[in-house]
Amino acid sequence: MPEFLAELLNQNDIFTGPTIMEYWGGLVTTVQLVFLSLILGLLVAVPLAIMRTSKNPLINGPVWFYTYIFRGTPLLIQLYIIYYGLAQIEGIQQTFWWDIFREAFYPALLAFTLNTAAYTTEIIRGAIVATPSGEIEAAKAYGMSWALRMRRIILPSAARRGVQAYSNEVIFMLHASAIASVVTLVDLTGAARNIYSRFYAPFDAFIFVALLYMALTFMLVFAFRKLENYLLQHQRPVSG
Amino acid sequence: MIDLKGYGPALLEGAVVTIELAFFSLALALVLGLVGASAKLSKSRVAIGIATTYTTLIRGVPDLVMMLLFYYGGQVAVNNLSDYLYDAYDIDFFFQFDPFISGVITIGLIFGAYMAETFRGAFLAVESGQIEAARAYGFSQWRTFHRIILPQMLRHALPGIGNNWQVLLKTTALVSIIGLTDMVRVAEEAAKAERMPFHFFIPVAFVYLSLTAGSELFIKWLNKRANVGVVQGS
Repeated sequence: MPEFLAELLNQNDIFTGPTIMEYWGGLVTTVQLVFLSLILGLLVAVPLAIMRTSKNPLINGPVWFYTYIFRGTPLLIQLYIIYYGLAQIEGIQQTFWWDIFREAFYPALLAFTLNTAAYTTEIIRGAIVATPSGEIEAAKAYGMSWALRMRRIILPSAARRGVQAYSNEVIFMLHASAIASVVTLVDLTGAARNIYSRFYAPFDAFIFVALLYMALTFMLVFAFRKLENYLLQHQRPVSG
Repeated sequence: MIDLKGYGPALLEGAVVTIELAFFSLALALVLGLVGASAKLSKSRVAIGIATTYTTLIRGVPDLVMMLLFYYGGQVAVNNLSDYLYDAYDIDFFFQFDPFISGVITIGLIFGAYMAETFRGAFLAVESGQIEAARAYGFSQWRTFHRIILPQMLRHALPGIGNNWQVLLKTTALVSIIGLTDMVRVAEEAAKAERMPFHFFIPVAFVYLSLTAGSELFIKWLNKRANVGVVQGS
């Protein structure tokens, strides 16, 4: 550790080793929670979005209902229902599920995954619906089957159209994950709340964590900009 | 009817608090959004800098963290100010920073930043010829704004305002975390006391769902009205 940093740490009462370690633990929890829920949410959302574009109301109706409910209610309510509700399910305490859902991490992960999957489904659906009909006609004319068309033509093209909206959803999810601290999880916000109550120093505790979130946000923005550039490479104006 | 175990009236009062909170926050957000958009479109570098810093900061920080900062930090700041005033000028001043005010300030500030972006785009969508014509007729700046720009930009701003409102409505649930007795808080206490989470949270979820669904219809109607004079290609 550089000397000036060591000196700085020795000179103040709040940002000592244990405090920094608590923030670090919170950072790890937040990143795990957000990353896992986004990955799982995306995996769930792709098939749901394809179902949502189906013309059969028996297929598209239930998916519409699911996204409508999850997008129309606050994530906090969803988290409470899942966190407090799971324990109330008759007989769950005797099954192996209880070993998983007893910890606050997994109910929170489930709530976040279901929430982000609902939003992502609608983003992908919008992108699929906007596929130029000529692309689909051309694929049909080449004799591509439905599955091949989906895999080779529609989904890659939808990914390009959806990536910008999806990057907003990712940042929204990072920010929304702060509410995990209300169900006893010590994520970044949870760590800040602990440190606030230990030292009664709201500015130090919360501004520091705000800076950490901001750094995470800008890293995500940067990464998505790179990804967009990569995906939309062919549309870049020819320079020179 | 479902039996709310005597928590019915409290839940109803909580719902009223939620709606009040949402409307006050919306009002603040609209004002901040207009100011922010004007600043971003102005020629002053300082104004542009302040507005850009504001919208960037807001986008980087979670709403809950900001709310905690304003609620706990606001009280400390008020306490310090009150100590200082008492010591220096013998003025007895005290002010309790309550969750409702913290909530309105935080939500207003956050959505003010989003509204600023919405309004900026809408302002730019008004044809410059319209503004030039108004100036040529000798309209003052204020008159140009409220007779020419505002009515025309509203049409472009409405969908964005609508989206922001839907998100804002759901963000109000967070204020229960800093202790406001809105319907989420009442439901949480009832659910813990009666050990019946579904029983209390699902009705609250339905209230939110009907609020968002109702807003959706209202925004659609407003949009139709605002676009009355526009011929839409099919």
